[in-house]
Amino acid sequence: MRRKNKFSIEPKYILIFFVILCIILIITSYKFKDTFAPVRSVAGNVVTPMQKGINTVGTFFAEKTEVFTSMKDLKKKNEKLQKELNSVTYENKILQQEKYELAELRKLYGLDQKYANYPKVAARVIDKDPGNWYKVFKIDKGSKDGLKVNMNVLAGDGSGGGLVGIITEVGHNWAKVRSIVDDTSNVGAMILSTNETCIVSGNRELSNKGLLEFSGLENSKTKISTGAEVVTSYLSDKYHQGILIGYVKEVKVDNSNSTRSGYITPVVDFGKLETVLVITELREALDPKPKD
Amino acid sequence: MKRFIITTVTVILCFLLQTTVFQSLALAGEVPNLMLVVVVAIAYMRGKKEGMYVGFASGMLIDLIYGDLIGMNAVLMVLVGYLVGICNEIYYRDQLSVPIVLVGVSDFLFNFVFYIFNFLLRGRFHVLYYIWYTILPEMVYTVLVACVLYKVLHSINYRLECKEDTEEVL
Repeated sequence: MRRKNKFSIEPKYILIFFVILCIILIITSYKFKDTFAPVRSVAGNVVTPMQKGINTVGTFFAEKTEVFTSMKDLKKKNEKLQKELNSVTYENKILQQEKYELAELRKLYGLDQKYANYPKVAARVIDKDPGNWYKVFKIDKGSKDGLKVNMNVLAGDGSGGGLVGIITEVGHNWAKVRSIVDDTSNVGAMILSTNETCIVSGNRELSNKGLLEFSGLENSKTKISTGAEVVTSYLSDKYHQGILIGYVKEVKVDNSNSTRSGYITPVVDFGKLETVLVITELREALDPKPKD
Repeated sequence: MKRFIITTVTVILCFLLQTTVFQSLALAGEVPNLMLVVVVAIAYMRGKKEGMYVGFASGMLIDLIYGDLIGMNAVLMVLVGYLVGICNEIYYRDQLSVPIVLVGVSDFLFNFVFYIFNFLLRGRFHVLYYIWYTILPEMVYTVLVACVLYKVLHSINYRLECKEDTEEVL
């Protein structure tokens, strides 16, 4: 009680004193910012080490709480990233497919240039028989694109492109192609270097090795070397003339001694056939008098 | 003397906690105003004078180290100390609701006036935004912390008073 009696100033005056003091301080610190800098730095120097000390405790707790708070965040982010990744991989796949397709189409374009004097339609192989070789397959163009039975089908790239087969059936938007490696296929052909004609036919056994058979080649004196080019001949009534079929692999004289036969390596890779070109001009149309 | 030392330590400790530990425990980006809780608690328990002293000291501490204008926080804290000190007349030892309400009200007013001087006068007119995203979250957090802190301060004060009483008797 003594103490209270000793300094019995009215609280009101203390309040007024403090307020005035503070206002003076505010005004001076506003007007002369620099004069307070040393005071501030001293106060800062005293407090900072203490804060540092406490901060080590604080950061400990902060780390603990952050684990929980960031968990949700991270989960969300992870989900989002996963989604993004999925879409990106999907896009990437599509791009790769497109790139692949581009290469295919470029090859086709090269082929188109090679046989430039025929009108052609590009088509995609959509369906094949389950074997390793495209004996019979379907393409995604049909009568609405002007395709007709007996039109020639080509494939491969510019330099290594050649005859694939012939259309045997046409639907509205599809067509069935019988390839030259099919067992029932026979193509009138000739050896380009000697102009001698022969018949190139598919053979089930050989087709599995990726080969064609040829027969009926006259046993003349001409020497036919391995690698001679075989093209469709002018005698054929279904195939246009001069389309590359393949290269001679082996020649042997038949028992009758009047003809020769042998094997041909087809120029088209029947193992992977995806895009083809269809010549939309029938051989018959070139004839002066159509058969019908 | 003992009371002076203990009060000083309390103020400094709360200041340090507020600037360090609670910064990392901030909820919704807001830190509880521990200093205000201390000022309100002491003013409520001890009266206007001590409320003003503690308010001035803690306000100056904030101003010296973080404030732009020295005296800004101090004058507000002094006012809080004085106004809450008036309620010292209805001080009742075991009641928790009155000081908590006082903390909430004074925190709101403190921040509102602070906003007026620091933002409104510079042309930041989004009053509702500041109330909704800064003042109210801080108030809620401060009130929550005050529930605990007031009890601690109260028990310290209670022990000091017991000792003073015995000293006086002797």
